[in-house]
Amino acid sequence: MIGLSHYLVLSGVLFSIAVAGIFLNRKNVIVLLMCIELMLLAVNTNFIAFSAFLHDLSGQVFVFFILTVAAAEAAIGLAILVVLFRNRASINVEDMGDMKG
Amino acid sequence: MTDTAFTIPAFMLALPEIWLLTAACAVLLADLFIPDARRALTLWLSVAVILVTAGLVVIGFPDASTTTFEGMFIHDPMSAVLKVGMLVIAAFALLCSRAYLADRGLLKGEYFTLALFSVLGMMVMISAGSFLTVYLGLELLSLSLYAMVALDRDSPIAAEAAMKYFVLGAIASGLLLYGMSLLYGVTGSLDLATVSAAVADGQIARAPLMLALAFVVVGLTFKLGAVPFHMWVPDVYHGAPTSVTLFIGSAPKIAAFALLMRMLVDGLESLHADWQQLLIILSVLSLAIGNIVAIAQTNIKRMLAYSTISHVGFLLLGVLAGTAAGYSASMFYALVYALMAAGGFAMVLLLSRQGFEGDRLDDFRGLNERSPWFAFVMLILMASMAGLPPTVGFFAKVEVLAAVVDVELVWLAVVAVAFSIVGAYYYLRVIKLMYFDQAEDTHALAVGPEFKVALSANGLAVLGLGLFPGLLLGLCAAVFL
Repeated sequence: MIGLSHYLVLSGVLFSIAVAGIFLNRKNVIVLLMCIELMLLAVNTNFIAFSAFLHDLSGQVFVFFILTVAAAEAAIGLAILVVLFRNRASINVEDMGDMKG
Repeated sequence: MTDTAFTIPAFMLALPEIWLLTAACAVLLADLFIPDARRALTLWLSVAVILVTAGLVVIGFPDASTTTFEGMFIHDPMSAVLKVGMLVIAAFALLCSRAYLADRGLLKGEYFTLALFSVLGMMVMISAGSFLTVYLGLELLSLSLYAMVALDRDSPIAAEAAMKYFVLGAIASGLLLYGMSLLYGVTGSLDLATVSAAVADGQIARAPLMLALAFVVVGLTFKLGAVPFHMWVPDVYHGAPTSVTLFIGSAPKIAAFALLMRMLVDGLESLHADWQQLLIILSVLSLAIGNIVAIAQTNIKRMLAYSTISHVGFLLLGVLAGTAAGYSASMFYALVYALMAAGGFAMVLLLSRQGFEGDRLDDFRGLNERSPWFAFVMLILMASMAGLPPTVGFFAKVEVLAAVVDVELVWLAVVAVAFSIVGAYYYLRVIKLMYFDQAEDTHALAVGPEFKVALSANGLAVLGLGLFPGLLLGLCAAVFL
């Protein structure tokens, strides 16, 4: 029987992978965007699991909003990525160090 | 939700937001029909929209706290005062940006539409009564700001700043959401009032609550830019076009204060003892790092960014006191800080011209010879940020420190005073550069009349509120009665 705790552990693992991915990744900005999406999906898993467990719909409604905002966020993130690439011809995370201090 | 009956929400309470949304869409459409040569018309329209919104908030000023939309929207005196302050400062930020944007080919309709939508996001955030409205307001604000930072498409540092802002902002939202999802799981509601009642009830196990609290506090302080979650602030302030820095560095601080109040005080006040510990650490670190690192800066936008971090430390002091006096002191601080920061960044705009940013500290050398009046305005602003009487920054600091002393955290007040003395050094250095050094750059200041009026009004407001602080202080205190 799969219980609430299984879902919470899964979402905790997904969230940790996302955070680790953001801070360990030194290569590619697209990987950062993927990690951000993964983070939001972990949150969605949490919300849906709680919503089903509590028999309360508002958690699932929240998930729809998060999905919509995540789509807008991805669009803006990729647009910024395009601007970045046009300016530097690189999307390497380590190349982003022009400003220091 | 057990009751299935549908009641029509009281739309009138959200009239300013509804008007702003409609008007922002109208401006977006109207802008299509405005020729490029007359693009400044969009700016004037946007400023008018924001000022009308502020007028509507004043007309609908509430006597007591009411909610509408099933508790999702709070209409209370605190939100009204914060909204008026935020709107006036947002209008100021747009007013000051015309010449700067025009010189860089950025005077486009998108800029103003994005600004209007971010203002709407801030208004929703300030009035948020549930996790859903907190999140949507925050994202509407953040997404608009990311795009505004990246608007200067040919600037490599703006693109870099936008990317850093985007990634760190998204992490902050993710952490905040994760905390919200845990709170939803343990309390069974997204409504802040219900969450607050459930937490106060004491039936919930402590471990998940503490985990959720940690996520929420980290997410919130990421957005505020408190140490150790401050890495994005200097880079974003430095890399963004100065008019965008002016926008980001001022009005959103008022909204961020409201966010902190809604989540920690409206939602989790019964955990005050726990979040107080976290905020004390964050506040001391912010005061220390912000003030010390600011000394080493040669770029005034970066210097003001570190100064923001230290002011966030002060802002947290009042909130962590956990008393009505503390909240009102922090609210006063947020409003005053937004005013001073707006003035400070507007001074950088004053020095800029086509092909020249004017954002190095050295560019302020000898400003007194070039323009005695604006050197005096900068003198007032810097004195106010340093917390010297008779400017309003002094009273903001005094109120916050008094609130902290009242809850017997005297050591914390001593630390705060010690670091503000360190901070006074770099503010006074700017004054020294303006009055005692030779001007390297003798170009005439090229700004429009509306800019001069707005910036002078800002400087005079900082001085006037310092000479007569009672009005705004009384307003902030009355909100928490």
